[in-house]
Amino acid sequence: MFDSLSVKFSSAFSSLRKKGRLKAEDLNEICDEIRVALLDSDVSLDVAEEFISKIRTRSLEVLPDINKGINPSQQIFEIINEELIEILGGNARRIRFAKNPPTVILLTGLQGAGKTSLAGKLAKYLKDQGNTPILVASDLQRPNAVTQLQIVGESIGVPVFAPSPGNGVGDPIEVARAGVKFAKEKMHNMVIVDTAGRLGVDLELMKQAKSIRDAINPQEVLFVVDAMIGQDAVVTAKAFMEGVGFDAVVLTKLDGDARGGAALSIAKATGRPIMFAATGEKVEDFDLFYPDRMASRILGMGDVQTLAEQAKKAFDSETSSKLETKFASGEDFTLDDFLDQLQAMKKMGSMTKMLGMLPGMNSSAMKKQLENFDEGELVRTQAIVQSMTPAERNDPKILNGSRRARIALGSGRAVSEINSLVDRFSQAQKMMKQLRNSGGRGLPAGMGLPSGMALPGGMGQGMGFPSGKSSGNMPPKKKSKSGNPAKRAAEGA
Amino acid sequence: MALFSKLFSKLRSGSISEQDWDEIERALIESDLGAAAAAEVVATAKRNRGSDSQAEVIAILTSWLSSTTRTLNLATDRTTTILVVGVNGTGKTTSVAKLANFLTKSGKTVSVAAADTFRAGAIDQLQTWGTRLGIPVIAGAAQADPASVAFDAISQAQKSGVEILIVDTAGRLHTKSGLMDELGKIRRVIEKSSPVDEVLLVVDATTGQNGIAQSKVFAESVNVTGLIVTKMDGSASGGIALAIERQTGLPIKFVGYGEGATDLRPFDAATYIEGLVS
Repeated sequence: MFDSLSVKFSSAFSSLRKKGRLKAEDLNEICDEIRVALLDSDVSLDVAEEFISKIRTRSLEVLPDINKGINPSQQIFEIINEELIEILGGNARRIRFAKNPPTVILLTGLQGAGKTSLAGKLAKYLKDQGNTPILVASDLQRPNAVTQLQIVGESIGVPVFAPSPGNGVGDPIEVARAGVKFAKEKMHNMVIVDTAGRLGVDLELMKQAKSIRDAINPQEVLFVVDAMIGQDAVVTAKAFMEGVGFDAVVLTKLDGDARGGAALSIAKATGRPIMFAATGEKVEDFDLFYPDRMASRILGMGDVQTLAEQAKKAFDSETSSKLETKFASGEDFTLDDFLDQLQAMKKMGSMTKMLGMLPGMNSSAMKKQLENFDEGELVRTQAIVQSMTPAERNDPKILNGSRRARIALGSGRAVSEINSLVDRFSQAQKMMKQLRNSGGRGLPAGMGLPSGMALPGGMGQGMGFPSGKSSGNMPPKKKSKSGNPAKRAAEGA
Repeated sequence: MALFSKLFSKLRSGSISEQDWDEIERALIESDLGAAAAAEVVATAKRNRGSDSQAEVIAILTSWLSSTTRTLNLATDRTTTILVVGVNGTGKTTSVAKLANFLTKSGKTVSVAAADTFRAGAIDQLQTWGTRLGIPVIAGAAQADPASVAFDAISQAQKSGVEILIVDTAGRLHTKSGLMDELGKIRRVIEKSSPVDEVLLVVDATTGQNGIAQSKVFAESVNVTGLIVTKMDGSASGGIALAIERQTGLPIKFVGYGEGATDLRPFDAATYIEGLVS
């Protein structure tokens, strides 16, 4: 997500960092580089140029001052970061709730932006927060869009109001109106209205969208846009802004490698914030959009906040307090604890995705490493541990040759893999002991993975990178850092 | 873009200024041709400029088009198989229906296979199209293995002597290597009983520079033979398609310009290039 943009920013900044004192020409040079980076990322031409001129002016103004400071490039970096956050929509805003329920949310956008999938994700998200949403199938145009919404609704346990069969039959305005009325009667506190995709240039359908809006008077009209859209984003967004009007933007398909720059310009060109982001195929791949986090991500500073939040979600408090108690009491960290952690890590989602959120992950060498990361390692490691008896998990020292052979057979791995897991595990155990003896500060809440804890093959030394395959071209500074993402974030900050 | 016709009249009269060139470059960037490519067009046009600057710009853009044939590669002695692939939401299912309609109208017997077993309602969507157009749809169960659906479809098509089988697949982001592997598998499984003659990548005209990454990865995974550019009836002029052609050599074979069954036509270079610069 926004990857290429980050790579380009990273390279622009590394050249800037090498310079101690900055001259006006240096600024021009970096501004040119950023312009190309933004355009390649599909930021609209006008927005990119406005951005650049702002950076140039602001930097020139403070140039004498910043050259007095210790790290001039850092301060330029700050300026760019601030301006990026502004483009990204300033402060994130939450959904406005209606004084008298139901709160009505209307989804609009081009064909194929992902409105129907998003309707499901949004409904699930709202339901998880204790709301009682209902979906309204007002896309009567696309063949079987109604069926799609019904299937999605069923899978997340959210009712779908679909009186018209769709496929060109029925009046979307009437359906929307009736849907809201139905929701009121049935005491649903939220209504999500899915509509047909339409082009910005199709005046008739724009008029229809406006009629739907007028009929149901929604609290929020959300403009759903594909993160892969190009320069046309601003034209289309403006057409929707004038035709229907919208209150916030939702970015979809952010899990690809689309640079998403155009979406940034939509926020800039229409003055509407980006409220949500959809990041995957599953219904739970959906979150609020955080401009500040995204800005740091673009600048290659990583998205540590999201990572920490996901970790918190995955490592339930029970598991982590159990670990903390264990750690404090001087008990040994066992393979069972390790298994708990593996499972929690799996809950956090794809490792590649998680690692991608860490600072410094944007250089192309790192990207390669991430691409090569084998998600299967986690599963294989788990299989090994699960093939052990409780006694073995508690005390790996009893693992003799025949036990190891049995485990290898049970987990379908080679004995050498069992050996290396056990070796690294006992090293980690030793490290935990040392840590504790040196006045252990306890494990940070929710982040129980001890430094140096290693998964065989995959999660190698400390940092957790595919060690075997590619440690050769790994930047050395990364190796020295902590294996604990939270700690590393603190170091990096 | 009235700007362009204004500029081109200046181009023709030869009174074009540096600022005008700048505007041409901007217009090309705004068509999603790409910043570097736009700069290249202008630089080359400036250098080569003869008496007619407009012709020069158009000639450069045209020279970037692929020289590969744009007609479908159809077998004469067996069932032709066309696989339709692309990222989510580009309009694959709609394009499959339109293409089936186009080929039926040109006198072929066509079947379509609903191998998008992932997206909720995708099978129904294609079946509805099939009923509308009177084209048989071969479908498996929702969430079934798409490769097995495709395999059954080709066997069935061969048995009933259908001339062309078009296989619809689930949308997938090119960054999901597992899903890209699945696509490779679908192709390999079909090839167990019959060669795959065409693999058409559906590209949305509103796509930005990410289209290049998309086409490269898809080309690598399933050996794409051509493009269908959709949603050309919107405000996007689809400059990314030319950028893709230039970088991958994949020819645009069809253009989609609406939601109706007949809103698909074979690619016409002159109309397209004109659309980019007018």
